[in-house]
Amino acid sequence: MTKGLTKINLVALTFGFAFLYVPILILVFFSFNESRLVNVWGGFSVKWYGELFQNEDLLQAAWISLLLAAAASTLSVILGTVAGFVMARFTSFRGRTLFSGMIYAPLVMPEVITGLSLLLLFVSIDWGRGLGTMIIAHTSFCMSYVAVVVQSRLVSFDRSIEEAAQDLGATPFKTFFVITLPVIAPALVSGWLLSFTLSLDNVVITSFTSGPGWDTLPVKIFSAVKLGVKPEINALSTIMIAIVAIGVVTASIVQKRAMVERQRAERMAAAAND
Amino acid sequence: MSMDRDAADRPTAALITHEDGSFLEKLEMRLRRGRFAFLAPAIVGTLSLFTGRGAVIALPYGFLLAFFLIPFLIVLKISFSETALSIPPYTELIEVVDDGFEYFVNIKLNLSNYWTILSEDTYVRAYLNSAKIAAISTALCLLIGFPMAYAMARADETIRPTLLMLVILPFWTSFLIRVYAWIVILKTEGGLLNTFLISIGVISADDPLRILNTEWAMYIGIVYSYLPFMVLPLYANLERMDMTLLEAAADLGCRPIKAFWVVTVPLAIPGIIAGCFLVFIPAVGEYVIPELMSGDNVRVIGRKLFTDFASERNWPLAAAVSVVLLMILVIPIMLFQRQQARLQEAGR
Amino acid sequence: MNTASAARVPFEPWNDPKAKPYIRIVNVTKTFGDFVAVDNMNLDIYQREFFSLLGPSGCGKTTLLRMLAGFERPTSGRIELDGVDMSTVPPYERPVNMMFQSYALFPHMTVEENIAFGLRQDGVPKEERNRRVEEMLTLVQLTKFGKRKPHQLSGGQRQRVALARSLVKKPKMLLLDEPLGALDKKLREQTQFELMNIQEQVGITFVIVTHDQEEAMTVSSRIAVMNHGRIAQVATPTEIYEYPNSRYVAEFIGDVNVFEGRLSDVAPDHVVITSAEAGTQVYVDRGTSAALGATVWVAVRPEKLDVSLTAPEQPDFNCVKGTVWDIGYLGNLTIYHVRLADGKKVTAAVANRTRLRDRPITWNDEVYLSWAADSAVVLVS
Repeated sequence: MTKGLTKINLVALTFGFAFLYVPILILVFFSFNESRLVNVWGGFSVKWYGELFQNEDLLQAAWISLLLAAAASTLSVILGTVAGFVMARFTSFRGRTLFSGMIYAPLVMPEVITGLSLLLLFVSIDWGRGLGTMIIAHTSFCMSYVAVVVQSRLVSFDRSIEEAAQDLGATPFKTFFVITLPVIAPALVSGWLLSFTLSLDNVVITSFTSGPGWDTLPVKIFSAVKLGVKPEINALSTIMIAIVAIGVVTASIVQKRAMVERQRAERMAAAAND
Repeated sequence: MSMDRDAADRPTAALITHEDGSFLEKLEMRLRRGRFAFLAPAIVGTLSLFTGRGAVIALPYGFLLAFFLIPFLIVLKISFSETALSIPPYTELIEVVDDGFEYFVNIKLNLSNYWTILSEDTYVRAYLNSAKIAAISTALCLLIGFPMAYAMARADETIRPTLLMLVILPFWTSFLIRVYAWIVILKTEGGLLNTFLISIGVISADDPLRILNTEWAMYIGIVYSYLPFMVLPLYANLERMDMTLLEAAADLGCRPIKAFWVVTVPLAIPGIIAGCFLVFIPAVGEYVIPELMSGDNVRVIGRKLFTDFASERNWPLAAAVSVVLLMILVIPIMLFQRQQARLQEAGR
Repeated sequence: MNTASAARVPFEPWNDPKAKPYIRIVNVTKTFGDFVAVDNMNLDIYQREFFSLLGPSGCGKTTLLRMLAGFERPTSGRIELDGVDMSTVPPYERPVNMMFQSYALFPHMTVEENIAFGLRQDGVPKEERNRRVEEMLTLVQLTKFGKRKPHQLSGGQRQRVALARSLVKKPKMLLLDEPLGALDKKLREQTQFELMNIQEQVGITFVIVTHDQEEAMTVSSRIAVMNHGRIAQVATPTEIYEYPNSRYVAEFIGDVNVFEGRLSDVAPDHVVITSAEAGTQVYVDRGTSAALGATVWVAVRPEKLDVSLTAPEQPDFNCVKGTVWDIGYLGNLTIYHVRLADGKKVTAAVANRTRLRDRPITWNDEVYLSWAADSAVVLVS
């Protein structure tokens, strides 16, 4: 069996990645267009970036979005970790089926349904809509993602190291914080990042649960895009893409280095005659 | 590696369970012997909520009940009420009448919202149309996603992480921006695709391609946005596949193309199912993509729901629409949940 | 081995009626649902013993070990350690430590931190902690590796870290769950002796679970052979091998030929069995508990059989005749599979003391297999 790419595979990859990336690259390219018209190249310019940073309204919305995403993903990691732990470790308790249903369903639930149901809840208990309701709403779907990530990590977790800790005198409670949490920490970090992006990206559930004056960046972009194509949005998109791209690429380089280092150490240890 | 039966048989051992057992067990025994034996399960049940294991379960359970399950019950309740010019804009289902002489409780179950949905052509069509668009989009995602995932899984081990990152990267960038990028490309007047095609003379300026504000735009939007959701579970599945199985098939006289259909595809079915559910279910209720890309002529249920809620301010009707949508989706959602749960069990 | 072992008096507390058992397992039963993992077990282990629990998968040995560690609670019965009932003491309060099959090293801690973990839980002051960690590193010859993380160690080094970590608290009893299972054969054999030396140095009672009978024979003071949650036999390695008490034990430990027969003569110092299966009478120079006429089994180890092309002097007793069916040359030994007239197969192992025989035994040869009166064992179950 050849490990390299066959022609068909190469075509599939090229086509797939072109489909995924060409639109984004076009967007980035035209954000430096002097002309207001999208289809006319009016020369290189960064003027739309300048205008973007003059736009107090958008900056305010961006700030709210970041605040919301940070709060919701932190809450999601706390609740999602506990939920993932319950899913992985407590194989039988009353209501487990319902519990696992409530964990998995939000992953696929159409956003309009989630949004409407949360809105009706907040209205019927007379909870004024604002940052608080948005945080709750975002947490309710982000925690499922964290729970799934943590659960898969815990399922492949070697339980004997927890038993070893207890055997050496650590109480179960202490074991969780000294052994389990540090070992699964990378899963919590990726869960947090995942929640952060999901929250930062959400339009529908946010529009149902936000109150006046609490428009987030995606909601602002959404209303702007509905009215038509604007060069400022190109610039804004480019900035957001750049931040994510730098973040993801850096993270994967760091991860790869750590992996290479680890493999090297393992090879050396295996080679060492003991 | 040991496959010791003892180890396999051991129940989920005690991380938290150690303490709550002894005390509560003793208490229950004592209570069962006493006069209020019938209360024993209730008392012990309540207490167990506050000891180690119970508390751990109660925290996420409580949150999900309060902010996931109960909201649906409220939606269900409101779907039976009538719209009203009040705040909130619907009538109460339960009315307590106390006029000095009589005291009674009125429960008004109003089925008119459901009647509207079932009798009005626009709603029925919107549901069917949404299901159709979601199904076709899912099929298209599979058609593009499977070869990609397959090629990634068969690529050299050293470049696999990079390829994986390239699939995930768009997923981390804003979904809205990606939809927006397509609008820039597909616009009829001054869209990049039309500008390009006109400039190379394929089409004339008087008769540009009309893609935006049609169903086509919606397919492009959904496939584009949801493609990573299809590729990732497929890749995870195909990557784990034991390549020696294909060698064994070849050794036994099976040609590569046939081996693909009789070995690779059947083994990839869990991944295919997961990917299809992850695309199909949310796509049925999609709101942002049709709102931005397919104009007013394409009617889908997500938009209908949002319009009823936001523009018409008919919350009871919107609630009924989502109850019906949920009823349509409940079977695929349950299947998805069962499959995910089984996948997790298998990893154990 | 060191001088201490040369001057050692026989260590046999189990034969001393005055010796007090250190660990007592009293009527212990453990069930998981319908499955009985450990069935009403009674077992005494003495201080400084190197005690093996040996048995096939699913025999309950791991469950028993986990009950000793405190990870499982007996469904009924009592476990006493040094006179104290341990049944309800959680693992983190027991003066018992365990070395895990997977080693269970904490991946986010260095070797030193791993070893110090248990001391830290007990609030041992820093200087003493460092000193004891250093001591342990010396004991397991890993002084240069203290600052490494587990993934930077080889399998054998990890195994020694796990051992050091479980010994550093000076437990009253050390439990070892298949401690050498993950090592390759050569390293395993070498480590067995290291383990015995360390046990002698630290003087801690070791209880080891293994499915490897050679390992159990090598390291143990006594072995408990387990089957379906019960103990089949507890004895020293020699006794287990030479005088198994049942067909199960005889067949589990090493290879054995078993013939069914009836007791045709019973005396205090010898018995005679008439075996239709073997087609001969068997004379064994030991008494038995079974009565005249009872059905018993005679077990003879392959290496105790003498293979010859000519009939021995006394062909009426302890001798069977058959055809060579298969020959396996192992270098040090040659294994002959011989088929008797009624189809029963018998295995004989002959040491290859000289390179060439005058006339090598080959396929389809008629051979006589005979054994001495003290070589066979009579089994009543």
